[in-house]
Amino acid sequence: MSSALLSVRDLHVDFTTYNQTHKVLKGINLDIPPHSQIALVGESGSGKTVTMKAIMGLLRQPLARITAGEMYYDGRDLLTMPDKERVALRGTAMSMIFQDPMTSLNPVFTIGDQMRTILKYADRRLGRTRSARERKVRVLEVLGQVRMRDPERVFQSYPIMLSGGMRQRVLIAMALLSEPKLLIADEPGTALDVTTQAQILKLMKDLVEERGLALLMITHNLGVVRETCSYVYVMNKGVVVEHGSTADLFAAPQEDYTKALIAAVPRLTGETRFGTVEAMR
Amino acid sequence: MAHLSELAAEPQRLSNAYQNWYRFSRNPSAVIGTAIVIICILTAIFAPLITPYPEHVGAVVNFRERHLPPSADYWFGTDNVGRDIFTRVVFGMRISLLLALVVLATAVPVGTVLGLLAGYYGGWVEIVIMRFTDIALAIPGLVMVMAVAAVLSPDLLTSMIAIAALWWTWHARLIYSITRQTRVQDYIEAAETLGASKFHILFREILPNCVSALAVKTSLDAGFVILIGSTLSFLGLGIQPPTPDLGTMVASGAAFLPSYWWESVLPGCAILFVSLGFNLLGDGLRDMFDVEDVR
Amino acid sequence: MEFASFLLKRALWSLLVLFGLSIIIFAIARGIPGDPARISLGPAATPEQVQLLRDRLGLDRPLIEQFGLFVGGLMQGDLGRSLLTERSVTADIRDTFAATFELVLVTITVALVCGAPMGVAAATWRNRWPDHVVQFVSIFSAVTPTFLKALLLQILAGYVLHILPTTGRLPAGMDFSADLTGMLLIDSVLRGRPDVFFEAIRHLLLPVIALSLASMGQIARITRASMIDVAGQDYIEANRAFGVPEHVRVFKYALRPSFVPPLTILGLQFSALIGNAFVVELIFAWPGMAAYGVRAILQKDLNAVMGVVMVSGVFFVIVNLVIDILVGYVDPRVRIRGRR
Repeated sequence: MSSALLSVRDLHVDFTTYNQTHKVLKGINLDIPPHSQIALVGESGSGKTVTMKAIMGLLRQPLARITAGEMYYDGRDLLTMPDKERVALRGTAMSMIFQDPMTSLNPVFTIGDQMRTILKYADRRLGRTRSARERKVRVLEVLGQVRMRDPERVFQSYPIMLSGGMRQRVLIAMALLSEPKLLIADEPGTALDVTTQAQILKLMKDLVEERGLALLMITHNLGVVRETCSYVYVMNKGVVVEHGSTADLFAAPQEDYTKALIAAVPRLTGETRFGTVEAMR
Repeated sequence: MAHLSELAAEPQRLSNAYQNWYRFSRNPSAVIGTAIVIICILTAIFAPLITPYPEHVGAVVNFRERHLPPSADYWFGTDNVGRDIFTRVVFGMRISLLLALVVLATAVPVGTVLGLLAGYYGGWVEIVIMRFTDIALAIPGLVMVMAVAAVLSPDLLTSMIAIAALWWTWHARLIYSITRQTRVQDYIEAAETLGASKFHILFREILPNCVSALAVKTSLDAGFVILIGSTLSFLGLGIQPPTPDLGTMVASGAAFLPSYWWESVLPGCAILFVSLGFNLLGDGLRDMFDVEDVR
Repeated sequence: MEFASFLLKRALWSLLVLFGLSIIIFAIARGIPGDPARISLGPAATPEQVQLLRDRLGLDRPLIEQFGLFVGGLMQGDLGRSLLTERSVTADIRDTFAATFELVLVTITVALVCGAPMGVAAATWRNRWPDHVVQFVSIFSAVTPTFLKALLLQILAGYVLHILPTTGRLPAGMDFSADLTGMLLIDSVLRGRPDVFFEAIRHLLLPVIALSLASMGQIARITRASMIDVAGQDYIEANRAFGVPEHVRVFKYALRPSFVPPLTILGLQFSALIGNAFVVELIFAWPGMAAYGVRAILQKDLNAVMGVVMVSGVFFVIVNLVIDILVGYVDPRVRIRGRR
C-alpha cells in the first residue's frame, strides 16, 4: 500500500438499532503518515468517533458492522488479520487517549494498579518480561514524563483524589506506557476548563513531537486543530467532505460545511453546539 | 459514553412515543404484567358476577361439602366449612387490591409532597423530613407494621394505616433525590427569575420530571403492599375472618396440609399472581422510561 | 486516617438512628388511641387490675418522664417485664435471640454466596439461558409471599419426600444445650459434637431456603444490572482499548465496582429479611426471638413488643453499620467523600 502508517480505504459501517439499519460511515478514506499530526474534525454524530473505534477495533458487534472497506496498519491488513494479532496491536502499536478523565479511570482501583496491569499485558503481548518492581519503575517514569510533580503519590492515589487535569495526564500516561507509534486522541480535555485544556494540549504536542509519534486527533474544535495538527480531515454525516493541510484549509475552505465550522471557532467554548452549522443542514 | 452518543444520534428521529411503545410492546414481561394487572382489576370489579357462589363470602357453613378437591363445580375446591375457595379467592383479591389502592393513594401523595418540599427548599425543611425518613427506614418495615397493627386492633383499616404510615418514606426519598437534581436546572432558575409562584415551580415544573419514576415505583409497590398485607393477615394481624382475605385463607388452610393442599396453596398462588403482575408491569415501565435506580 | 473518620461518622449516625428509633417506638407504644394497660389486659379486666398495671408501667407520670425511664432502661438493657412470661423481656430475648441470629446469619451468607454468582452469570451470558433462568428465579422469589414459600417447602420436603425435618432446631430427643454462643453450628463444633452439627444443618435447611430466596433473587438482579452498567463504563472500554484481556477486565476491574450496589442493597434487604423471619420462625416452629415477638404481638404484651421491635432495630442498625464499612472498604469514593 502507501507509505502511510495507517490508511483507511472506503470504510463503511452500519449500526442497527430498534430493528432499523443506519449507515453511519459511508466510505471513509484517511491516511496517517508516520510522525504526522492529523485531525479528524466534525460535529457530534458526524461519524468521527465511529471511525476512531473502527481503527482501534473497538466497535461493538453485532450492533455495529463494517460492511465494506479496508484498513492497513504498517502495511498489515487490520480487517483480515486474526483476532489475536488485532488485539495485540491495541495499546502497544496504536494507543488511545480517552476523552473524559472523570469516567475513564476505574474509581475503585489506584492509578498505580490500573497502569501496572495495562503495562503487564502490553509486555506480555510484546514478549517482554519485566518484574513487578520494574513495571512500577516504568509507570513512575511515564507519570514523570507527563509532568506529574509527585509520581509516587499519584501512583498510590485513587482517581477521586486527583484533579481533572491530573486525571487527564494519567490517561495520557496510560497511552504512552508501551511506546506506541500511533496515538489516537478523542477530544482530549473537552471535559476540563479552558486553561487546563490548553496545558494538556501543549503537553500532548510536546510529547508527540519529542517522540516522533503519529497523532490522530478527533475533535469538533477547529481552534484545537490549528494549534496541534498539520493536516485536517473534515467529516459530516459519515463522509469526509474535505481534507487538506491546516494552513490551506483555514485560508481557503472549499465546502460550506467547513466554512461554517471555521466561522464557529471564535465563539466556541467547550461542548457548545454549532448553531450556524445546525442552521445550514 | 462516546459510542452511546453516536448511537443516539440517528434513532432520535423516531418519535419518543413510538420508541416507548416499541420498547414496551417488545418486552414480554411488560406485556404479561399489564395483562395480569388488567385481569385482576376486572375480576375484582366484577367479582359478584364472576363468582359461582357469591354467598360464600360470609360466614356460611356447608359441612356436607367440606374439603372437596378442585372440580368442575368448585374450581379451587372447598374449605373446611364447605365454602367455594374460588369465590373467596376472587373476593380476597378484591380486598388486596383495595388495600394497595388505599395505601398508595395516601402514601404516594404525602411522600411526593414532602419529597418535593425537602428537595426544593433544603435547609431545615430538608433536615427534618429527610432525617426522619432515614430513621424510619432504619426500622425493619414488616416488624414495625406488625407492631402498629397489633397495638391497634387488627382489621383492614389498621393494616392500611400501619402500612401507609411507613410507606410514604420511600416515595419521599425517591422524589427528594429527583427534585435535588432538577432544582439546579436552567429552566427552573428561569422560571424563578420570571417570578413564577412556588406552587407553579413545584407542581408544574419539577413534578412532571418525577412522573415516570413515580409510575414505576408505584407499580412495583402495589405488589409489595399486597405481599405485606397478606403477610399481616397470615399472622392474624390483618383482616379478620369471615371476610375473605388471601393471607388469612392460606393460614387457615395450612392447618390441613398436606392432605387438603388446595385450601392454602391456591389462595397463596393468587397472591403470587397479583404481585407478579404488578412487578412485571413495574419492570416493563422501568425499561420503557429508562429509569434505572427505582426499585 | 480518612478511614477512621469515616468509621466515626458512620458510628455516630448509627447512634442517632437508634435514638430516633427509641422515640418512634415509644411514640407508638404511648401514642396509640386508648389505654395501653387496658389494651394489654383485654376487655375482661377489672378497673383495679388496669390501674395496677398503669402504676407498674408508670403510665400516670408525665410523658417526658416516661420516655426518660424508657431510654434509661434501654441503656441498662432493661426492657421491662413481659406480661405473658412474667419474666424480664431482656432475659426472654436473650434466650431466644441466638436462634434468630443463627438463622438470619446463615440466610444472609447463603443469599450472598448464591446470589452474587447468579448475577455475575446472568450478566456474563446476558440474554442467554443462564440469564433467563436467573431472571425467572429472582422475579418469582420476589413476588411469592415468604409464608407460601415456607409452606410449600414444608409440604414438599417434609411431608411428600420425607427427607428433611420440618420443625425446630434439633430432633426432640437430642441432648444438647447451646450454652456457649447459643448458636448450634458454633457450639456443636466447640463441644466436638458432629452429630449435633449435622442435625442443626438439616434443620436449618428449609427455613434458610424459604428466607433466603427473596434476598438471593434481589442480589442476583442488582449484581446483574450493576455488572452490565459497569461493563458499559468508559473505564472498562479504556481497559479494552489498552489491551487488558477480557478475564482480567471482567473478574478484576468490573467485578469490584459492580459489588457496591448489591452490598448497599443488602442493607435494605436485611430489613425485609428480619420481617420475614417472623413468618418463617412461626411456620417452622423455630424457637427464636421472632416467634416470641409474634406471640407477644398477638397477646398484646406491650413491653415484649417494644423490646422485640427495639432489638430488631438495633440488629438492623448494626448490620447496616457493618455493611457501610464494607462498602467504604470496597469503594474509596464512599470513604473519602462520605456518601454512597
